[in-house]
Amino acid sequence: MDYEIVVGLEVHAELNTATKIYCGCKNSFGSEVNSNCCPICTGMPGSLPSLNEKVVDYAIRMGHALNCTINNVCKQDRKNYFYPDLPKAYQISQYDVPLCENGYLDIIMDEDGNTKRIGVTRIHIEEDAGKLLHAERFSGSLVDMNRCGVPLVEIVSEPDIRSSKEAKSYLEGIKAILGYLDISDCKMQEGSIRCDVNVSVRPAGNDTFGTRVEMKNVNSFSAAERAIDYEAQRQIAVLEKGGVVLQETRRWDDVNGINEVLRSKEDAQDYRYFPDPDLLTIVVDEAHVQELKDSIPELPVHRLQRYLREYGLPYFDSNLLVENLDKAAFFEKTAALGAAPKSVTNWLLGDITKVLNDKNCLLSDTKMTPEKLAEMIALIDKKEISNNAGKTVLDEIIFSDKTPAQVVEEKGLKQISDSSFLEGIADEVIAANPKAVEDYKKGKTNVVGFLVGQCMRASKGQGNPATLKEIVERKLVAL
Amino acid sequence: MELYTLSAAELAKLLREGKCTATDILDSVFARIDAVENKVEAFVTITREEAYAKAKEIDEKFARGEKLHPLAGIPIAIKDNICTNGVLTTCSSKMLYNFVPPYDATVMQKLNDCGAILIGKANMDEFAMGSSTETSYFKKTKNPRGLDRVPGGSSGGSAAAVAAGMAPISLGSDTGGSIRQPASFCGVVGLKPTYGAVSRFGLIAFASSLDQIGPFGRTVGDVAMLFSAICGRDPMDATSSKHEHADVLAAIQGDVKGLRIGIPAEYYGDGIDAEVREKVMAAVKQLEEAGAIVKEISLPSTKYALSAYYILASAEASSNLARFDGVKYGYRAKEYSDLTDMYERTRSEGFGEEVKRRIMLGTFVLSSGYYDAYYNRAKLLQRQIADEFARGFEECDVMITPTSPSTAFQFGANTSDPVKMYAADVCTINVNIAGLPGISIPCGNGADGLPIGLQIIGPKFSEDVLLRTAANYERICGGFNTVADLA
Repeated sequence: MDYEIVVGLEVHAELNTATKIYCGCKNSFGSEVNSNCCPICTGMPGSLPSLNEKVVDYAIRMGHALNCTINNVCKQDRKNYFYPDLPKAYQISQYDVPLCENGYLDIIMDEDGNTKRIGVTRIHIEEDAGKLLHAERFSGSLVDMNRCGVPLVEIVSEPDIRSSKEAKSYLEGIKAILGYLDISDCKMQEGSIRCDVNVSVRPAGNDTFGTRVEMKNVNSFSAAERAIDYEAQRQIAVLEKGGVVLQETRRWDDVNGINEVLRSKEDAQDYRYFPDPDLLTIVVDEAHVQELKDSIPELPVHRLQRYLREYGLPYFDSNLLVENLDKAAFFEKTAALGAAPKSVTNWLLGDITKVLNDKNCLLSDTKMTPEKLAEMIALIDKKEISNNAGKTVLDEIIFSDKTPAQVVEEKGLKQISDSSFLEGIADEVIAANPKAVEDYKKGKTNVVGFLVGQCMRASKGQGNPATLKEIVERKLVAL
Repeated sequence: MELYTLSAAELAKLLREGKCTATDILDSVFARIDAVENKVEAFVTITREEAYAKAKEIDEKFARGEKLHPLAGIPIAIKDNICTNGVLTTCSSKMLYNFVPPYDATVMQKLNDCGAILIGKANMDEFAMGSSTETSYFKKTKNPRGLDRVPGGSSGGSAAAVAAGMAPISLGSDTGGSIRQPASFCGVVGLKPTYGAVSRFGLIAFASSLDQIGPFGRTVGDVAMLFSAICGRDPMDATSSKHEHADVLAAIQGDVKGLRIGIPAEYYGDGIDAEVREKVMAAVKQLEEAGAIVKEISLPSTKYALSAYYILASAEASSNLARFDGVKYGYRAKEYSDLTDMYERTRSEGFGEEVKRRIMLGTFVLSSGYYDAYYNRAKLLQRQIADEFARGFEECDVMITPTSPSTAFQFGANTSDPVKMYAADVCTINVNIAGLPGISIPCGNGADGLPIGLQIIGPKFSEDVLLRTAANYERICGGFNTVADLA
């Protein structure tokens, strides 16, 4: 029997506000253990939370980006449970009235830019818990409360996802938007985005959902793909054997590629949600909600579709470009200066990205400008310099105030197309390589490339390779 | 005249006239404590050394001619659920037997800035749950007006310390009557401010939506002075109000001519001792003679208050007290097998019976499947009670009721029957439910010689009117300022 996989995702993203959600402590990753905390975020008796309004703004912007309805009047609720990393023994979250609801995210389905709409049930704000540490020299566990009170948004999708591939696209879409809005650091390895995965399967064509299993401890997008595929196959195997899928929570073990039961439905916790009496109703005025909406930039999916359409770029290039708002903006500015879009992406996604990766820096850390790149591409297009010389130029201009023209001048990189000069070089090279000439006469035409290469070397890289190729071929034929 | 018998206002005057020093006042107060604390047992902690150090600073400032707040150099007792930086704060619970807060509550910060001198932390019902201070883990505070009687609760230590002359003023907290009822039992003045009038930051929460810190004193003037020092918006407490408070010290000079006093019939019915009704109505009569207009009104939802209160307060308490889990501070069970066992043993051993009863009740009413039947219905009742008060205050400016159905009861009288104990708060609970201010003042004694209190209730932020009404009665009856004779 054929089965359909049904997936819903709950993404938790830490927001990058300067301070925590309910106190003035710094919100930063990697500080010394228990250095960013105070009586409020450590839940000391008598302390009270005061809402950081930036968190509401950030979440509303995410809501707008995911086409949600914004509940500009909403409340905060306590989710009660005991755990040593939760100092108040309740987490302040939102229960029945989330800040944002009923939205969607369009994910790209193919290289033509066709999309599928994935429903977003809700987005709510809540506080993060601390982290337990286990040190060998202590018998018990230790707790680091730096993360207590770090603001989170929880983004819950509808069960509209039908494969692990769609799940990955959805997660990448969410991540790209968080980055575009600059509201989260989006570092999976630092835990700033985490996700819970809900999976069920049903016979193809059936329109009622199967029993849902929730998976925890899914710590990367690729782990999400693996976890979904594993769990779907596990459920299908259960059904094929005539069994029933149990509603339970399972823990994904990415190292071994398996999952195991964490708790069954019977053990589900009763969180006893109720409105937090220490906090006031959140009321955001309509004008501010609109102001936040107006601040949303063009989002990755729309941008990608526009790149395919307007610039005729391949899907691969477009996709890489839109992942990063800085690069996308740089690309558009350079193209607007007249450079061919494909040349721009070749440089931007090729050599420039390589330099950024090597130096571990961002585009904004360099002295590269759209003007400089456009000028360099123009020099290549006009055959003033070779493509290879372009790489030398790039190395010289990327961290300096020099213009491409200055570098070409200084380094003598101007490409020589003067045929009388090039003919002379070709004659010398042909004379010095009788073996290659013999081979050519035996029909091995690929020696042309070798001879052109020798000519380029003899011209110290300045010869126009296309012109040289013509000359060499003509001379060989004439021999 | 012994300094410990004087009011804070009188002491402030003597300090400014150079007739005594803050150190002299402490000498007198601590001598009184040494003489009577063993009988009364009002304090969990006494901060003698720190108090003298502070008094020395204040005396130096006076000597330099600095202009200081009226509370400068005035000793004060603070209920042991209000955080005091570096000073043990136990909530009278085994659970917090060793808890020393690393910060001051906002009220403590304000009092420190005024130059008031903390002399000790007052005993209370464990986590403010009780009406007799008998649920304290540490000791049973006696009523200074009758040592075989309870001082009321939960702020029993704060009321008893003031009645016994061990402090001219003190702070308590009131969730369902915990300032007013002990004030009534101990024959002192106690004000429960409007919800949001005083910052709760640093008050170890019992029921966050009902808790409010307020002052005790032996005079209305002292209570007004202390209230004006602690009220006001605090950015650390989201529920504190931006309301601009009236000048209550000026207000208490006014009269009651034309003041409309409402008498809600429901507060004078069965269950209220006849002598209590008589004394309260006699006081109302005196206010009427002074120019007030008295009218009967009705608050029919009063009978629902106890049920709504025990659901709402317990629900919030079950969550507020969850943090006492043995992980970070306070008591932790000595032996346990794993994390769950540690939680269970710590909380079973660390909390007393009444606290556990309310945590269980609160956990139950918030449970899935019961939430609507209990918590949501109690919320609806809360709205109904508040609306009824609001309509009542269209007909009158203040309401006067008994504070408690009876005079102070004997130890053990209600401990076996929690519901009977809860009924002791029947006159005060509504005021918390509706978020209103209420004050209790003495209005004579019962046949047993113990004080009877009357409660004045007003609309939100009408503390000035309550205090003015109270001050008028104080003037009519010739003053309340009597220190209990404990010889």
